[in-house]
Amino acid sequence: MPPMPGTVQSIERAAAVLRLLAQSTRPLGVVEIANALSLPKGTAHGIIRTLHTVGFVDQDDRSGRYQLGSQLVRLGGHQLDRNELRSCAMNWADSLASRTGESVRIGVLDQPSEVMVVHHVFRPDDSVQVMETGRVLPSHACALGKAILAHTPGSSAWCKGSTLEAFTARTVTDGRALVGQLSTVRERGYASDVEELTNREASIAAPIRDHGGVVVGAVAITGAMQALCDTGRNPRPRLAARVIEAARAITGELATRRE
Amino acid sequence: MKREYIAAIDQGTTSTRCILFDHAGRLVSVAQREHRQIFPRPGWVEHDPVEIWRNVERVVPRAVAQARAEPEQIAALGIANQRETVVLWEPRTGRPVGNAITWQDTRTASLVDQLAADGGVDRFRERCGLPLMTYFSGPTLKWMLRQDPILLEQAERGELLFGTMETWLIWNLTGGPDGGLHLTDVTNASRTMLMDLSTLQWDEELLDAFGVPAAMLPEIRSNVEVYGTATTVLPGISIAAALGDQQAALFGQTCFSPGEAKCTYGTGAFLLLNTGPDPVQSSHGLLSTVGYQVAGGDPTYALEGSIAVTGSLVQWLRDRLGLIDSAPEIETLARTVEDNGGCYIVPAFSGLFAPHWRSEARGLIIGLTSYITKGHLARAILEATAWQTREGVDAMNADSGLDLTGLKVDGGMTSDHLLMQTIADVLDVPVERPLVSETVSLGAAYAAGLAVGFWPELKGLRHHWHRAARWLPEMSAHRRAREYDNWQRAVARTYDWIRNDDEDGPGA
Repeated sequence: MPPMPGTVQSIERAAAVLRLLAQSTRPLGVVEIANALSLPKGTAHGIIRTLHTVGFVDQDDRSGRYQLGSQLVRLGGHQLDRNELRSCAMNWADSLASRTGESVRIGVLDQPSEVMVVHHVFRPDDSVQVMETGRVLPSHACALGKAILAHTPGSSAWCKGSTLEAFTARTVTDGRALVGQLSTVRERGYASDVEELTNREASIAAPIRDHGGVVVGAVAITGAMQALCDTGRNPRPRLAARVIEAARAITGELATRRE
Repeated sequence: MKREYIAAIDQGTTSTRCILFDHAGRLVSVAQREHRQIFPRPGWVEHDPVEIWRNVERVVPRAVAQARAEPEQIAALGIANQRETVVLWEPRTGRPVGNAITWQDTRTASLVDQLAADGGVDRFRERCGLPLMTYFSGPTLKWMLRQDPILLEQAERGELLFGTMETWLIWNLTGGPDGGLHLTDVTNASRTMLMDLSTLQWDEELLDAFGVPAAMLPEIRSNVEVYGTATTVLPGISIAAALGDQQAALFGQTCFSPGEAKCTYGTGAFLLLNTGPDPVQSSHGLLSTVGYQVAGGDPTYALEGSIAVTGSLVQWLRDRLGLIDSAPEIETLARTVEDNGGCYIVPAFSGLFAPHWRSEARGLIIGLTSYITKGHLARAILEATAWQTREGVDAMNADSGLDLTGLKVDGGMTSDHLLMQTIADVLDVPVERPLVSETVSLGAAYAAGLAVGFWPELKGLRHHWHRAARWLPEMSAHRRAREYDNWQRAVARTYDWIRNDDEDGPGA
């Protein structure tokens, strides 16, 4: 059957490979897959290797045959467990707190409007602080929320269509302005809020990605505005770089955990 | 090139890791590799020492590369290790004789009974600080030498060496068959039942009682000194510290003053209290052990409450019951319910450790009704860790005459915030986690760094300790008392399960 106009042949073929593997009661070899779908062996091999790279297909170490990948199972089912995220992130969140001298939070988006804090490391000055895991933050008013929203499909429409509550005089309440900020977040690789949630406080966040590049959360430092920002109220590049570095390390940790 | 980092190897029960720390005691990079748990028979738990050595060879370069460092930037190497696990090997070939027998292995149960028949389980306690238990290296070593008369002959001729994991690693790091150093440290030696806790030397009477030829034993050294130079993995770098993992964690938490305590939550959980320059004999089932010793200095002793099964109970839920995909998911599962629903799990998989020391006890789940879900089981599993901590703390308070006012915690399970809250609830004291959770590795790094002058003195290390999290008790006194009573009644029901004639049968 010739491909329908506007469809991508290789994706159709990849889908056929996945269906075949799903129906099979045992792992299949490249030749079996090529024969079953009437594909040249080289084409079948290319498709399978690509699916293997993105984690949709697993290869059996001993036989070299292929079966549906664990990533694919996760795709249709539940998302990354937030306690597993905390467990993977703990060392790097600690390290970020000790390198910046600020408190660290890790958040996941529960719904577009809300970020749930799933991990919290105290500011390392031994002052009295209260655990904030489980606390919900308004995503439009905090760096954590903006870092995740910037990489969440459909967030522009949500920004424009929602009433954004003001928490300080500087909270961004205009949906269009927020969409503009999210675009800047994608360019710079980090998000910030400067007195947008709490007066005299600022926060810098960077996205955490799961295997395959999907943003599953964000890590942020929060502290006094003077500490986090220069005199022009812009986040200090040195600190932003630290946050991005921590987010990358956590991303790397998530990838190795899934091996 | 500037010496900027200390490398620490943590050779643990389930994995081997290498962590690099910088001058501020901050974690710079970490590489880890798990090894196989070998279960040849019920109750037997072995590791392949060659696999573990290979893992060291792999994780150390990975950690160095991850830090974008050159080996020349490493000032020293420190080692922390799973304690009591026994390796025997031939120095000529470097080949181990069979697998390592781990601290979780219970094959010496009947041997321990025989030894205890003459004088009771506490017959060596005054000398070595420990009761007779399957857990310690001495009985394991006796079992191994009895298995094969040839081994005993080899040992007598010095053709067979004994070591715990740090001994095996140091021997391999310093050349193996080609001049490898055969030594151990006071903390690991204090877990063999073969060392006099006061003189810190192998004790002739104890060696006699366990039938161990002195020729096979490593030299006992302090924890903080340069033992030698690595010839492989990190060639040219000083090996400057070795500590048993729990003592390393005590050191990493900077519990340098008498009265300071920590609990490390990993495969098992280990509560250690610094008791100062003299060994304290426990009358409540705790162990007396060496905390640490700096070369040329007096030793610092500790009381220890060991809980055999904590993280491994979560692994059991994951691997044997398949109710979760990853260990951290137990918190997600436990939070699907409000409480334990009346269900209690006592994980006496290898008997009960401190303060009960009942090797014939076995695990149970009690309070099952049709109401119980997997969420309740998850709660009960986390609560089991909390209540076992409570039993250890109660024993420590009774022995020391002091009431613990807060608990410093560390280890992988501190990422479970529900567990940490539950521990604060059942202990009724604040629970604090330091900024570096990897205190086992940090302790080995601190000790190695002190030995080579990377850090000038012990007390200064305290400035690196910062609170990263704190959980405050929220449970009502009434509920705490009722739950503790339920737990204790569940524990009492695990007693007297294994009979001697069960030993060769299934499930023994």
